[in-house]
Amino acid sequence: MTELRIGVFVCNCGSNIGSIINCSELADYAKNLPNVVFAEDNLYTCSETGLTKIKNGIKEHNLNRVVVAACTPRTHEPLFRGICNEMGLNPYYFEFVNIREQCSWVHQKEIHKANLKARDLVKMGVARSARLEALEKYQVEVTSSSLVIGGGISGITAALSLAEQGFEVYLVEKKRKLGGMLNDLYRISPNYEDPSEYLQLVKKVEQQPKIILHTNSEIISIEGYIGNFYVTIKGQNKVESVEVGTIIVAVGAQVLKPVDYYNYNGKDIITHQELEKLLKENKINQKNIVMIQCVGSRIEERHYCSNICCMNALKNAIIIKERAPDTNITILYRDINTPGTKNELYYRDVRKNEVIFLRYNVNKPPVIEDGKIRVYNNSLKDDIELDYDLVVLSTPLIPNEDNKALSQMLKVPLEENGFFLEAHVKLRPVDFATDGLFVCGSAKWPVSISEAIAQAKATAAKAAIILCKPRFEVEGSTARVDTEKCVGCEVCIKICPYGAITKDDNDQVLVRNVLCKGCGLCGATCPHQAISINHFTNPQILSQINALVERE
Amino acid sequence: MEKESSIMVIGGGIAGIQASLDLANLGFHVDLIEKEPCIGGRMAQLDKTFPTNDCSICILSPKLSDCYRHPNIKLHTLSEVQSVSKKEKCYSVEVKKKARFVKEDACINCGLCIEKCPTKVNDKFDMYLRKRKAIYLYYLQGVPAVMAIDKEHCLYLSNLDKGKDICRQCENVCPKEAIDFSQEDQISTFNPNAIILATGFRQFNPSNIPQYKYAEFRNVITGLEYERLICASGPTNGHLERLSDKKPPKKIAFIQCVGSRDIKNQKYCSSVCCTYSTKEAILANEHDSEIQSFIFYIDIRAAGKGFQKYIERAKQEYQVNYVKGIVSEIKIDENENPILYYENIASSELCTMTVDLVVLASAMIPSDNIEYLAESMGIELDEFNFIKTVPSEPIKTTRKGIFVCGACKEPMDIPSSVTEASAAAAQAAQYASQNKGD
Repeated sequence: MTELRIGVFVCNCGSNIGSIINCSELADYAKNLPNVVFAEDNLYTCSETGLTKIKNGIKEHNLNRVVVAACTPRTHEPLFRGICNEMGLNPYYFEFVNIREQCSWVHQKEIHKANLKARDLVKMGVARSARLEALEKYQVEVTSSSLVIGGGISGITAALSLAEQGFEVYLVEKKRKLGGMLNDLYRISPNYEDPSEYLQLVKKVEQQPKIILHTNSEIISIEGYIGNFYVTIKGQNKVESVEVGTIIVAVGAQVLKPVDYYNYNGKDIITHQELEKLLKENKINQKNIVMIQCVGSRIEERHYCSNICCMNALKNAIIIKERAPDTNITILYRDINTPGTKNELYYRDVRKNEVIFLRYNVNKPPVIEDGKIRVYNNSLKDDIELDYDLVVLSTPLIPNEDNKALSQMLKVPLEENGFFLEAHVKLRPVDFATDGLFVCGSAKWPVSISEAIAQAKATAAKAAIILCKPRFEVEGSTARVDTEKCVGCEVCIKICPYGAITKDDNDQVLVRNVLCKGCGLCGATCPHQAISINHFTNPQILSQINALVERE
Repeated sequence: MEKESSIMVIGGGIAGIQASLDLANLGFHVDLIEKEPCIGGRMAQLDKTFPTNDCSICILSPKLSDCYRHPNIKLHTLSEVQSVSKKEKCYSVEVKKKARFVKEDACINCGLCIEKCPTKVNDKFDMYLRKRKAIYLYYLQGVPAVMAIDKEHCLYLSNLDKGKDICRQCENVCPKEAIDFSQEDQISTFNPNAIILATGFRQFNPSNIPQYKYAEFRNVITGLEYERLICASGPTNGHLERLSDKKPPKKIAFIQCVGSRDIKNQKYCSSVCCTYSTKEAILANEHDSEIQSFIFYIDIRAAGKGFQKYIERAKQEYQVNYVKGIVSEIKIDENENPILYYENIASSELCTMTVDLVVLASAMIPSDNIEYLAESMGIELDEFNFIKTVPSEPIKTTRKGIFVCGACKEPMDIPSSVTEASAAAAQAAQYASQNKGD
């Protein structure tokens, strides 16, 4: 075996770590650990300067293991592994020690103990690095086509963008018609576009030879992994299986039916969705119209703001006013949500248009009684009574009921309200945590048409990045089964959240590496210790524990 | 897939970075143009990001590095577009790269030059709350991690035309002979098949609202100044303190719509202030659990994913109070404590409140060179000088082959900027593939 030459790089992370942990002392401490031939501290190890120092360290000291004591592998492991790789060192010879989240941040008030803990963590990391094994990433063949689930504006846009970039797309829509919610709208805010202008895209989809359209269809199963998803689509008359490389979820959302709010009856107390239909049919001639915002949203049982209702109500108010200027329209609101340039200007225009805005207090919401609406007014410190012929309720978009089933098929999470949950709310807004899966539009969160279009195009870029190459690399730190020890009890198959473990034709348990995320559940569960996790083997973990308990 | 096309991305903030990375991963060559010495933009200046309170630079810095290392991306820092003309299947773009006076491939960022440099300059990156030297690294995690010399303030360079030959200490001390005073501004021509604009925003100067006395009162600061003050790598190493007396504040007011939703200034809404002020108030309380915050607002606009819940948490766990009402005037007492005069809309009362620190949520406005850029590119701006788009084509400018993403088209948050950046990459890729120069 070649001589172990471990380098340790301790990061101050500005003062995030450095103000609590004495990093230069920690680096000195590391120098005396077994097999460590080089150690130093940097202000920011992740900065280009810090990275250069790692590279120089590897070069000048012939390092064959690199330990960085810094922040979290969640954000920075790929970067440091990449640097090792660039220097010809197998990336799995890199070990991350978290002395920020696990040390300086949580033990700010116990500086001495925090420093002792940092030493222990580094000692453990160094011990583990000595046991690391070189691993290879797996190459996966990529089928150069995509599935788009949902034929509303998001799905249509994503499918067209991918098709126009040259990829084959299977577009699956539950209903008979494409267009989703656009079919129910009368006009679109803030420019009063006729939805038919957007629905022109439906024609484009139908004429696009690269798009294979499945309407009246639903997904009944999804198997496989990035580059190789096997999808079963059930149409009216037949069931079909297709193979795709990526999947885009664009299933949209639905409008909450406010059965428990404000005496909703679908006749003179209706939703905006119902109002749009009446506007289409030109059936609005009421004299006094009251609109109520935040019906069923921004309340205890449903915290979120549905984003699009204010603009929608403003638009419908203007349409009615333009048709019949003497209609009295009052909008009861809590906060008017019209962010940005176009929306806010629109709101200003509406205010000029003799639409009355009355703010209500969530603790004293409006009451509909005896044909009148009573609403408490803060300035008057009294109720205002309003006549109405029609009440229109702004109800939020809520997740589709079948999101749950779809999320289970895709093995992706939903957030607490039932919308799909992206990989990272800030920097990976249209990716799922699982490779090859993407999400756009109101399936993720209520959005305007314009936002849905941008998101859909973003998913098309993300999918194209995968589809444009013949192969895709996936993690090497996966589970492996010791066939000698395995008795075939299948506990691992049941517990694997990624469906990565199966049995082969000979009844032998098998890990499908590309599906395996190396989470370790199987290894921890296996009653016969037949499963080990690459990069987290028992000897590696025991070496850490031993280093910890063998205090000097 | 075979790609020979190249695409130019103008602006190296998070939007430009994401667009560049996506295009590079699609196989295109990308020229990324950034006017500052390092890429990173506004996101690099922020302390944490809402609603997850992720450390901003921590989630950004791997992307900076990816951009720097990507074989398909060429970074052009200190660079600005001079002119654009259309050729047959591509554009011809003239870019001026300002002299850095430091050889990018030689500087090892050892910092010896900074120690020696005698000239101190107010630091733009730190919102002028700290001094830097005339030779400087734009910010600590900046990419590329090389020094730049500020020509205007460098003793040697600024005295050169007076016939004086002084200082040159950086040159003497540099172990790599990286200082190169002979560098000159250079004009290069590029022929991209498509262009993406991602020039971001700047902050409205609240001195334009005289009743807030921003220029006069040291304890009235802007949101971006607050971000630097609370940031661990900022001028106070993350210790939140007042500029007047370095005392830690216990009571902070955050005023919304400063220059936004204001007919005298910007009529539009800056979109992100309600949530970022909430974040800033939460962070204050995380630094010191005795700190109470008051957010003065017109409407709370928090429609993004998890934002309402964030606000609920701020109220319940972090002593953040929301006051509907806009502050009409700020005065100070003898200890420079700001006194706010406002109408509390909930109680319909005229009130005053004395606080230790006021943070102004100043409007987001387009970057200062946008008019010039728009004119040279032949694209239209909207009435506020944001780049004009229509809702049905949120990524397209008024000129074919030129796309736009992020806050240069409308104030927006990081997720929307990142989303649009990827969308712009898709559209530019599509356009460039169909209009390849044969």
